[in-house]
Amino acid sequence: MTMRITSLEQLEAVGREGLQSLYPGRVRIAVGVGSCGLASGAGEVLTSTEEAVRVQGLDAVVRGTGCLGFCQQEPLVDVLVPGKGRTVYHEMTADRAEELVGVVAQGDAKADWALCRMVAEDWIIDGSQHPLASGEAAEPNGIPLYQDLPFFRKQCKIVLRNCGFIDPMSIEQYIARGGYRAVYKALTGMQPQQVIEQVAASGLRGRGGAGFPTARKWQACREAPGEVKYLVCNADEGDPGAYMDRSILEGDPHSVLEGMLIGAYAIGAHKGYLYVRAEYPLAVQTLEAAIDAAREHGLLGDDILGTGFHFDVELVRGAGAFVCGEETALLASIEGTVGEPRQRPPFPAHKGLWDQPTNINNVKSWANVPVVISRGAEWFAAMGTEQSKGTMVFSLVGKVTNTGLVEVPMGISLQELVYDIGGGILDDKEFKAVQTGGPSGGCIPQELIHLPVDYEQLTEAGSMMGSGGMVVMDEDTCMVDVARYFLTFTKDESCGKCTPCRDGTKHMLDILTRICDGEGREGDVELLEDVGKLTKEASLCGLGGTAPNPVLTTIRYFRDEYDAHVVDKKCPAGVCKALIQYSISAEKCTGCGVCDQQCPEQCISGQDKDPRVIDQDKCIQCGVCRDVCRYDAVIVQ
Amino acid sequence: MESEPAVEILERYAGDRSAVIRALQDIQEEYNYLPKEALEMTAQRLDVPLTQVLRAATFYKQFSLEPRGKHCINVCMGTACHVRGGQLILERLQRELDVEPGGTTKDMQFSLDVVRCIGCCSIAPVIRIDDDTHGRLRQNRLPRLLRRYAEEER
Repeated sequence: MTMRITSLEQLEAVGREGLQSLYPGRVRIAVGVGSCGLASGAGEVLTSTEEAVRVQGLDAVVRGTGCLGFCQQEPLVDVLVPGKGRTVYHEMTADRAEELVGVVAQGDAKADWALCRMVAEDWIIDGSQHPLASGEAAEPNGIPLYQDLPFFRKQCKIVLRNCGFIDPMSIEQYIARGGYRAVYKALTGMQPQQVIEQVAASGLRGRGGAGFPTARKWQACREAPGEVKYLVCNADEGDPGAYMDRSILEGDPHSVLEGMLIGAYAIGAHKGYLYVRAEYPLAVQTLEAAIDAAREHGLLGDDILGTGFHFDVELVRGAGAFVCGEETALLASIEGTVGEPRQRPPFPAHKGLWDQPTNINNVKSWANVPVVISRGAEWFAAMGTEQSKGTMVFSLVGKVTNTGLVEVPMGISLQELVYDIGGGILDDKEFKAVQTGGPSGGCIPQELIHLPVDYEQLTEAGSMMGSGGMVVMDEDTCMVDVARYFLTFTKDESCGKCTPCRDGTKHMLDILTRICDGEGREGDVELLEDVGKLTKEASLCGLGGTAPNPVLTTIRYFRDEYDAHVVDKKCPAGVCKALIQYSISAEKCTGCGVCDQQCPEQCISGQDKDPRVIDQDKCIQCGVCRDVCRYDAVIVQ
Repeated sequence: MESEPAVEILERYAGDRSAVIRALQDIQEEYNYLPKEALEMTAQRLDVPLTQVLRAATFYKQFSLEPRGKHCINVCMGTACHVRGGQLILERLQRELDVEPGGTTKDMQFSLDVVRCIGCCSIAPVIRIDDDTHGRLRQNRLPRLLRRYAEEER
């Protein structure tokens, strides 16, 4: 039976219920069913596990969980045996899952499928540690410990504290791990102004990209005249290459709701909106369930936790427009019109939704808030750099060995991110650049690999923090093509309201396209710089104001690649089709014939074991031959 | 169209001028596209000018004014997919299906679209067909994958 929580005792009672389901006193098998898990086959793994548990009569609980962050290794299956700890198995399949259940039923572990194990869990929200294994079971057994894996070692999970640790559909489990205590603390023991002061002292800055101090926004909105105030969670995570907000909403939706509750109390708002991208169906579903559960438990709605405070939220689905990540465009979209930005000031803190004072924060900013309140500003501010406190979540993707979501203290170097955590470049290729900040950011070259990552340093390097996308690029990535890629994006997504952005992005794209097509002219690079600077200066909103960044940084750091395209008509990375040719090395080719079977144009010839030859007149440079060749014999020049 | 689901959908939002996008989303979900009559009905029932409805319908990428194919293919064009060969995947699909992005095959089996990142960057390159996400793709896997969907429910 669901109960409305009206006191701390009742909150703790629900927490105990959650604890019982988190650590059920029998085997617990959790399958990672976030979007990346599902895309890797977690759905079948879950079904097969359930089936095997039933058939083999194993006394076990099977459930879903969010993403642990190591998306590369999905599907992940996590087996908790009472007193023996948690073992995380990676790259699971339906067949393996079935076999694993048999092994677990025998009281064993399957060491060669194991990624790592946990003998204790840290609860960041209250700083406590919870042992999962005792005695001999806590001793080394050949499977590396979670905190010893290079991928996890340097991480500090504040925002991702519960992802992969709880069932996102269970509010009880969230409460069990200290959830909703921070909002209770704020509502019962702090004045709204004290909450803002704590957040100010913590140094928390907006995690959506621009890094504006969160408390200052809250203060402005609190002080703004107006009876009705609104709160918005910006979950329109539009930057390509970034998916941390999706993962949080899918893996720990209550952390965001709790953050919003605390913010609402501090600001004096009673209505909130969560604006979620259309492209994230699972996040929407999980969030809807979380909102329902919070309402049923009296954590949203009237008289929250018996304190008389009231606040409720509404979920709004985006309809596919990148510009809606910009706050004024997002507000327009919530109001039901097209998402076009408007001039600021007035800032939303004074005139936002339906002209009322409105405070907007990103998903990660909200998820940080409960921890700031619970652990205190001082604890939070001890992490990070002078001006950037706490942690940042990055999606470490692209040409890096270990891909996934990582949460690290601000100020960590790119080198540590790419090499220590990321395990270096895929296939031992040469590192070229890291792209941060999505279409608003830039590319940071090898020379700056020791750069400590925080808001200021990235901006100084010509890029920006953005929402945390970090795309690693190697020797096979063409930087001119990357610039063209981003401009294709921003030109399409420009809403068209102001001329500098609408025409500037188009003009830059036209120039980049002709450079990639081998028709670049002398002076094109300088022209790009001129148009870029102008677009940056004169655009109405952040979209146009940052759109030239990928162009300007690639010119700044990779001018030689532009010159190779314009002057020599060559694409050194072998990407731009008009400037390259595929051929087959007669020395390396074994004549296996896989490429000519796969070639869609049937333009590869050669008999038996003879080296293959590509007919250049017919070749469409689709690259499938290089994809399928196991001998590295296909050369691109 | 009078007796169709659109009537029921619009009933929920009648007179709510801020509900244009939500109404269109529900209609798109029901019909797979936005039929002309439904757009006119939306304007009427929500009491907004037709131009406002059309503006929203053409501004947001989620909406389509043309009927979509039985299966919708969304090719992720996020940065991680781009650097891992997403463009080549898209081009291959264009050739296999003989349609441009935004188009639908003549037999109405497949619609091909590009999407700006579906957030599965760690297993790039990725495409989404209907509700299924396929990661770590290689273009030589595409013909078989397409056949699997084409043969479904026949």
